[in-house]
Amino acid sequence: MLGWELPPYNSGGLGVACYQLCKALSKKNIDIEFVLPYNHDHPIDFMKVTAAHPQDVKAIKMSGIAYDSYKYIFADGHEEYLSLTEQQSLYERAVAQLVKYGKYDVIHAHDWLTFRAALRARQITRAPLIVHIHSVERDRAGGNDGNPYVREIESIGLLMADKIIAVSEHTKRCIMRDYDIPGDKIEVIHNSIDSEGLEPLDEHNAYQYLSAMKQQGHKVVVSIGRLTMQKNLPNLLRAAKEVIARAPKTLFLIVGSGEQYFELIEQAAELGISRNVIFTGFQRGKNWRDAYAIGDVFVMPSISEPFGLTPLEAISYGTPVVISKQSGVSEVIKNCLKVDFWDVNELANQITAIVMNDSLRDELHDNSYHEFVNLSWDNSAHKLANIYRRHYAEAAA
Amino acid sequence: MSRAIILYLHVHQPFRIRHYTIFDAGKNHDYFFTMPYEDRTSNERIIHKVAEKSYLPTNAKLLELLHRYPEFRLSISITGTVIEQLEMWSPMTLQSFKDLIDTGRVEIVGETYHHSLAFFYNQQEFETQVAMHRKKVQEVFGKTPAVFRNTELAYNNDLAYWADKAGYKGILAEGWDPILGWRSPNFVYRPSYTENIRLLMKNYRLSDDIAFRFSNRNWSEWPLTADKFTHWLNETHDGTNFNLFMDYETFGEHQWDDSGIFNFLHHLPEQWLKTPGNTFMTVSEAIDAYEPVDYVDMPYTVTWADTERDLSAWLGNRMQQQAIHALYDLHDKIIGSKDLQLIEDYRRLQTSDHFYYMCTKWFNDGDIHAYFSPYENPYEAFIAFMNAYHDMKFRLNEKGIEV
Repeated sequence: MLGWELPPYNSGGLGVACYQLCKALSKKNIDIEFVLPYNHDHPIDFMKVTAAHPQDVKAIKMSGIAYDSYKYIFADGHEEYLSLTEQQSLYERAVAQLVKYGKYDVIHAHDWLTFRAALRARQITRAPLIVHIHSVERDRAGGNDGNPYVREIESIGLLMADKIIAVSEHTKRCIMRDYDIPGDKIEVIHNSIDSEGLEPLDEHNAYQYLSAMKQQGHKVVVSIGRLTMQKNLPNLLRAAKEVIARAPKTLFLIVGSGEQYFELIEQAAELGISRNVIFTGFQRGKNWRDAYAIGDVFVMPSISEPFGLTPLEAISYGTPVVISKQSGVSEVIKNCLKVDFWDVNELANQITAIVMNDSLRDELHDNSYHEFVNLSWDNSAHKLANIYRRHYAEAAA
Repeated sequence: MSRAIILYLHVHQPFRIRHYTIFDAGKNHDYFFTMPYEDRTSNERIIHKVAEKSYLPTNAKLLELLHRYPEFRLSISITGTVIEQLEMWSPMTLQSFKDLIDTGRVEIVGETYHHSLAFFYNQQEFETQVAMHRKKVQEVFGKTPAVFRNTELAYNNDLAYWADKAGYKGILAEGWDPILGWRSPNFVYRPSYTENIRLLMKNYRLSDDIAFRFSNRNWSEWPLTADKFTHWLNETHDGTNFNLFMDYETFGEHQWDDSGIFNFLHHLPEQWLKTPGNTFMTVSEAIDAYEPVDYVDMPYTVTWADTERDLSAWLGNRMQQQAIHALYDLHDKIIGSKDLQLIEDYRRLQTSDHFYYMCTKWFNDGDIHAYFSPYENPYEAFIAFMNAYHDMKFRLNEKGIEV
């Protein structure tokens, strides 16, 4: 399996999804070697994790998140920082070496960064190639075309693959529309969540100020995610203005960092709602969990969200969700409010209703929590194992 | 001794609330009308659809049967909210109901004008709505109801006591086993603590064979024919009156034409009347014809809905509770405003369907509740309702009435 990141060194949902999927697959007696582009000691016992090294490299360190530059430490001791593109070709070379020495029944590659390596591996091993689409360039570019270089790699990977896995019907439609791939080549396997795998909350919420305000009748609307175009936060702020005009005791907690950080702070000021909007920057661990828990409602208004794990995490920490209809997770959860990403008024209408009616908030949460506890990766792994078997058998025949 | 089928059909459509948002509240007070014709909540579109699929073909069939079989009779109830909508959007359908009533062999049963649960929240409002309905029925059909049914057949001892005092000769209720015990619903009963009134109880097994199971191919008795059905009745030796109570929309809307439901209706009188002594009666005729056999005591409220037969489909969750209490809390101020349009909007919002759409009990199974809802989910139903509620408060404030 070719992937770009695994937790705890992940930048977002991709690493978590790979990790959980492999864990569930291992329970189905699937023997996995997961090839990463960097060195790290992952505490993982259910599969083999390999760092793909070019021969003259001693170690590869991440210098930030998975999409920043990588520090290469060469055998002769000198160090170099490589860009994502350079890193990608080195990963390809290393994988090509690696597959010569092992025996692989199926090659399973996650997202475009691994596709060049995957195609080389397929050429060498002749094993069937399954590419797994967690997001396409248009999602990441917030509905625009995005980087043509990335699209080209995606396009070739999708064409050459023996099977494509999409994380939602929404993503499947994107692949069909943007890359002209016939639907019968694409199988939808929804992401899921390990409902027992999340760290529990402790007694004291980290957001003491918000707890105190809630005591005085304030309501908290939470958004957690990268502050990037895809996440559609400018529309959330526009909706926030309408909500605050009608329910002045509403506070918006925006957790995350990203290139829109400063522009969102400015936008809040321009809208005259800075007093009600709190930016926390990027948070991990307790601060991250408690942000979910302090909310009366969690909002994910993304322009396009192939799956979108955060609403499930919000539900697990006791908060009902408003999510964009252009998200994969909206195919999985019924007891939530759904809104078209462009519909600022409807978004405001829904948030206002929740902050004004505790009964709506509580019914939404109780019923969605019931759905949440029944989710598991097992179904996804089961479907995937069947696809492996089918393609392995076809390749052997 | 003669034995009768008591066929009673209930006609109702609510004024569904359109996609009414917080941006409408305080600006535009139209909750029920301005929506695109194709919208799921379009009352006009739904009236046209139901009229075409159910009301018109059913009325044509019933009229034909009334002409053909002098013994054929039935009873209907028809709410004020559906009469108004037929007046607006399908006068031809209203005329077809009048034609039935004009035969003199179709009885109209009384109820609340707005198909509300007011009996449980505000007795005075309830009585006003019953009076409104009586007046409307007199105006449109020239008849005065003598038998009463409450919304969703929601019934208890208190209601029977009220109906007795109000002068009704009969009242309808669900023939629910925990109440009847070993007794059969196929007789006339007397409600406990009353003097003159009689009680007719729905035979839910036989009624549901038609209303719910008719087109179910997994049902062991499928397909149900009039021949088979009347054979069951003839083989049932305890009882004088078989109370078949159901929604009017059973014919053509809940059970589609291609299920054979109209064929079943067509042959029902023919098959039943074959056996000497068998006949049809209206609810009043049954009460006049048969002596009550026992008292029935219903201390708690029983309805004709779901497996629980209680009010939980309307009032079972917190949203429903909050919505209905919020609404009735405005009662005195709204009535006191003397603003007739506001009062009428308030009453239209009392229609039980609004609360039914907020039911979350079986939302996950995508069952019957989901099918009958014009909203994507129960939460949207609640949001639209509460926005209309906020707007009514705004209107009161505008009149200088503090809320």
